[in-house]
Amino acid sequence: MTATVTERPGGEEPDDDRPRPRTDPFDQDLLPAPEGASRSLLGSLLRPHRRRVAAATALILLQQAAVQAGPLLVAYAIDHAVPALRRDDHGPLIAVGIAYAICALASGLLQYTFVRAAARINQDVLLDLRGRIFRHAQVLDVDFHDRYTSGRLISRSTSDVESLRELLSEGLQELIVVVLQVVYIAALLLWLDLGLGGAALLSFVPLYALIRNFQRRSIKIYTKRSTAIAQVIVKFVETMNGIRPVQAFRRERANDGDFDRLNGHHERVNGDSILEMARYVVCSRLTANFFVAAIVLWGAYRVAEDDLALGVLAAAVLYLRRLYDPIDRLGMFLNSYQSAAASLQKIAGLLAQRPGVAEPADPRPLPAPAQALPGREVRFEGVGFSYRTGGEVLPRFDLTVPAGQTVAVVGSTGAGKSTLAKLLARFYDPSAGRVLLDGVDLREIANAELRRAVVMVTQEAFLFSGTVAENIAIGRPDASREEIEAAAKALGAHAFITALPDGYDTDVRKRGGRISAGQRQLVAFARALLADPAVVILDEATSSLDIPGEQAVQEAMHTVLRGRTAVVIAHRLSTVEIADRVLVMSQGRVVEDGPPATLIADRGRFAALHQAWQDSTI
Amino acid sequence: MPAAAVHTEEPDPADSPPAAGTGPDLGGPPPGGEEDRSAVRSLLRLWPYVRPVRVRLFSAAGVAIVASCIGLVIPLVLKWLVDGPVADRDPAGVWLGGLLILALGVAEAALFGFRRWLVARPLAGVEAAMRSSLYRHLQRLPVSFHDRWASGQLLSRGTTDLQLIRMFLAFPLTFLVVNGTTIAVGCAVLLAQEWTLGLVLLAPVIPLVALCSAFERRFFGAARRAQDQVGDLTTVVEEAVLGIRIVKGFGRHRSQAQAFRRLTHELRGTELHKARLLAGIWALIMTLPELAIGAALVLGTVQVADGDLSAGTLVAFLSTAMALRWPVESIGFLLAMCNEAATAADRYFEVMDEPPADAADRRTAGAADTAGTADAAKAAKAAETPGTPRTAAPGPPAAVPAQRGGSAPGPDPSPPAADGIRFTGVVFRHPDTGPDAEPVLTGVDLHVRSGETLALVGATGSGKTTLTALVPRLYEPTAGRISLDGRDITDLPRDELRELVAVAFEEPTLFSATAGENVLMGSYEAEEHDLLRALDIAQADFVHQLPDGHRTEVGEQGLSLSGGQRQRLALARAIVGRPRFLVLDDPLSALDVHTEALVEAALRRVLATTTALVVAHRPSTVLLADRVALLSGGRVAAVGTHDELLHGSAEYRALMAGVTEERTQDAAGAAHGEEGEQR
Repeated sequence: MTATVTERPGGEEPDDDRPRPRTDPFDQDLLPAPEGASRSLLGSLLRPHRRRVAAATALILLQQAAVQAGPLLVAYAIDHAVPALRRDDHGPLIAVGIAYAICALASGLLQYTFVRAAARINQDVLLDLRGRIFRHAQVLDVDFHDRYTSGRLISRSTSDVESLRELLSEGLQELIVVVLQVVYIAALLLWLDLGLGGAALLSFVPLYALIRNFQRRSIKIYTKRSTAIAQVIVKFVETMNGIRPVQAFRRERANDGDFDRLNGHHERVNGDSILEMARYVVCSRLTANFFVAAIVLWGAYRVAEDDLALGVLAAAVLYLRRLYDPIDRLGMFLNSYQSAAASLQKIAGLLAQRPGVAEPADPRPLPAPAQALPGREVRFEGVGFSYRTGGEVLPRFDLTVPAGQTVAVVGSTGAGKSTLAKLLARFYDPSAGRVLLDGVDLREIANAELRRAVVMVTQEAFLFSGTVAENIAIGRPDASREEIEAAAKALGAHAFITALPDGYDTDVRKRGGRISAGQRQLVAFARALLADPAVVILDEATSSLDIPGEQAVQEAMHTVLRGRTAVVIAHRLSTVEIADRVLVMSQGRVVEDGPPATLIADRGRFAALHQAWQDSTI
Repeated sequence: MPAAAVHTEEPDPADSPPAAGTGPDLGGPPPGGEEDRSAVRSLLRLWPYVRPVRVRLFSAAGVAIVASCIGLVIPLVLKWLVDGPVADRDPAGVWLGGLLILALGVAEAALFGFRRWLVARPLAGVEAAMRSSLYRHLQRLPVSFHDRWASGQLLSRGTTDLQLIRMFLAFPLTFLVVNGTTIAVGCAVLLAQEWTLGLVLLAPVIPLVALCSAFERRFFGAARRAQDQVGDLTTVVEEAVLGIRIVKGFGRHRSQAQAFRRLTHELRGTELHKARLLAGIWALIMTLPELAIGAALVLGTVQVADGDLSAGTLVAFLSTAMALRWPVESIGFLLAMCNEAATAADRYFEVMDEPPADAADRRTAGAADTAGTADAAKAAKAAETPGTPRTAAPGPPAAVPAQRGGSAPGPDPSPPAADGIRFTGVVFRHPDTGPDAEPVLTGVDLHVRSGETLALVGATGSGKTTLTALVPRLYEPTAGRISLDGRDITDLPRDELRELVAVAFEEPTLFSATAGENVLMGSYEAEEHDLLRALDIAQADFVHQLPDGHRTEVGEQGLSLSGGQRQRLALARAIVGRPRFLVLDDPLSALDVHTEALVEAALRRVLATTTALVVAHRPSTVLLADRVALLSGGRVAAVGTHDELLHGSAEYRALMAGVTEERTQDAAGAAHGEEGEQR
């Protein structure tokens, strides 16, 4: 029995999944995970609770003993208490009555304790798993997130966790009970009568074959089903998050069609899995009923031959019916195990991903600022970069930005400006060379320290649910309300925030639906201002701002962030006005480098850009 | 389910992976209890979805009843076997009994299998149909609904809740009937065999029902709380994933993780509370019947000893009693599953009951007619003077240069076919803010003449984006009206309206499809050459360099593009269908100067023949337009050409050129001040 269950589906995964060169694992929604990863994941989740698992198992052991005593007492009553009563001996009957009452009460009490203990273990395991996925997703690098997509991550931490919950709260508990029940009953049957018990044991040969067959077939269906529901989820989330363009471009009907296709696929696979279960239940029930009939027949025959006591037959019959009940439930367990295994496989694949940007094991502290200035020196040494998935590439280059300097990076889209910024913010690590902050390789700086020192404001100004103040405080969670307001004031954001229904305490609701794109960028800037970093990176962060807003940002950088090292990537050359130095990038290379005035005088690319910009302003 | 389940079919909650809290959750309302009635009402609402499969569902229930009754007959055959052939030492009779048991067993198994086969496909179909109609409905709900609802909450309705409902249809619905019948038949069998023992066995039924009802009331609340907490947790997960760059940029993993931890702990607390309730009721449900069986055993043994009862009867009796244990025990958890399904149905219909945008229109249109009368009257009066009212902008409208499209500047009493876009007394307040909240737009009167390009300029947060969202009716104005070529937009079918008006949002959203498909979404008729033209105008030639050209998958499941690239695709999407009206919300914000200049040059050709409203932050974008409207304080403060406003409006000058020397700490405050002085 137990052997069937320890056979994990992981071992049956076709091996050819991994080395296939042309398929991107991301397309298949199946990240490579080491052999047996889902099993070891489950093991590692349960291991911390092994004492409590043992205690719960002991409880259920006792509880099952109490439950299974019933028919035995019936046999005793018929075979011993009845003759004793006829001799006017009430002792055996009283003993049976008391024993039955004790068993009933004990089984109830043990059941109560067990359910609570099991729930606690389950919830702790789920808590652990949810936390692991969440934390791991946060640790993985941005490149990973770009490829894995949010929809998949969400279905990992929702529906996949849910199927483990299912396994734990029903499956494992079920399994323990089932195994115990079978062992107890088989033992009791053997004890009652070796022949009958042996016959009952024999029945497990075909049942075992049935279970194995079911397991093999259902793993395939379950993997399909979980992929199918994930596709439904992705489509659903994408539509709801993009509802504005969906409605504006009358996508509703086309989306209906797409969704119906995905949903219909899920419906088919879902139906298949229910039918597979039905097939199993019928087959196992047929086998069980056949054996019950055969054993009853044989037992009755032997009673007729005076080879067997009537009470023993009665008990055997009662036990037999219980013996095969778990078979259906074993199917259910396998069912939830399959679906959990498919989910665990995916979760394990996710957890097996190593972040491309790893936290250093042995971090080096940043030196104390050399000058009075709060800024730090940034140096790119022989840095080259290429995406794992191809795309924008930076050939090797060297660049030094002295502490306190403001550098503007300009160039057309795809020139590599954003990659430069992301390398400096350590969203990516360079493929070659190193990026140094005050002489320390970014890879050697502890995350917390790095994030304090380097802050990046991007074009996408995402607001989290919560209040405006909380959103600003992301920059520095321990900031006081005064500091938050001061940051907002410095950016000219105070007026619009106080005009909101609850001022700083206004809930931004779902992704800031109420706050305009420009206002959201101001909030994002306020975060950065509050964080008070040594190096600030602005990656097209002013694109949604109007000119006064942009000027406020520039002024704030001048005053509040004075002396910080700043790397500003901007399409608007207005930003360049505050820069000490301009880098012009083209196809991954720095083609011009110098103070703005010099570059304009040189009549190069920057001069041309600048001219174009001049023409566009008033 | 550790209780020994006796020989009948059990639900397998495991056949649906993400079902919250089914299985050993048990307990239920007493028939006729208050929650029960409302739960029944919730569940009755499922009927339209169940109707198409009703024949199969009812047949399945019938089949299950027959199968369960067969299960009850088996003990009777045993009794006959023990008392008859066994006692008589009759081998032929033993054979007969054995074969009878076998036949009954085969029939039982086959019938249960048949039941499952009957419902498997139909129930998967019901789940899919409900999901599909939820999705359809959500797509047609107004944007303001989506502003209020986190998509995590919507998603959990579309997945977990629907699975709970399918489970309900698959098991509790059938088995409440089946087990009820089984219990009734079983009781009849017991009482017929030996009524005294039967009464002893039935004694615990009344206390059990009372206990279950007390339990149910408490469990119902906990179940709903747990479901909602799961929804909240989903939202946090979603945000953490979508905002990953910010979380990383600020190294805020910890505070995110804290919020996450708090929610997961809350959920754990609720789940443990549920488990405690469950454990208690479960223990009682196990113990009471078992005590009754014990009592029956003692009494029966006495009767057998006295010769009042045959041994075979006692065996059959206890066998029947044990066979009835599962049906009795299951009532509790079947009712709990009903409850959870009812909660799920409530959550589902909560969303389905939201009136779709169409329905909201009719209402809003009616409301606007009454509420907007004053504004409309004012607007009508204003419309008598040519040009734009309420503006102190210098320069009569006649001075507006470059009148393309040749429409007359002054409105006729009955507007001509080509009237452009006209806003009349438009007031907008977010629907979920109170009626006393300050509206975003307090009364906008604006006319974009046919063929004209009008730039909309205003301070951050002045309502420019809101105003543009009103044109394709993503939001409904609180009062006032908007007309296109003289036709009120509320009189146009939505589809037609949105075909006339194409929008490029500032935040360009790409869907999981090829780059080409994303662009072609803008029109139903557009063909390949339209696509190429649109890509060309939007300077999106980078598309041709993608691995599979415009057939490259982009969006959520494809290649991720930069902000500027996405913006250009969104722009191409807006212009691909050569719409009559074009609404562009700061369409070039993420482009570099060079690309912007190229796009502008190409865009001019499109705008020459299109009526367009363009939100602009920069002079370069404003220069695309024939005229400029300045939005301030919720209304149009000035209209004129760029040069006119530059000279006539200090606020406009500040917005376009910046006024560094005059800047106060509070830019917006300053803007408001200037607005006053300008009036």
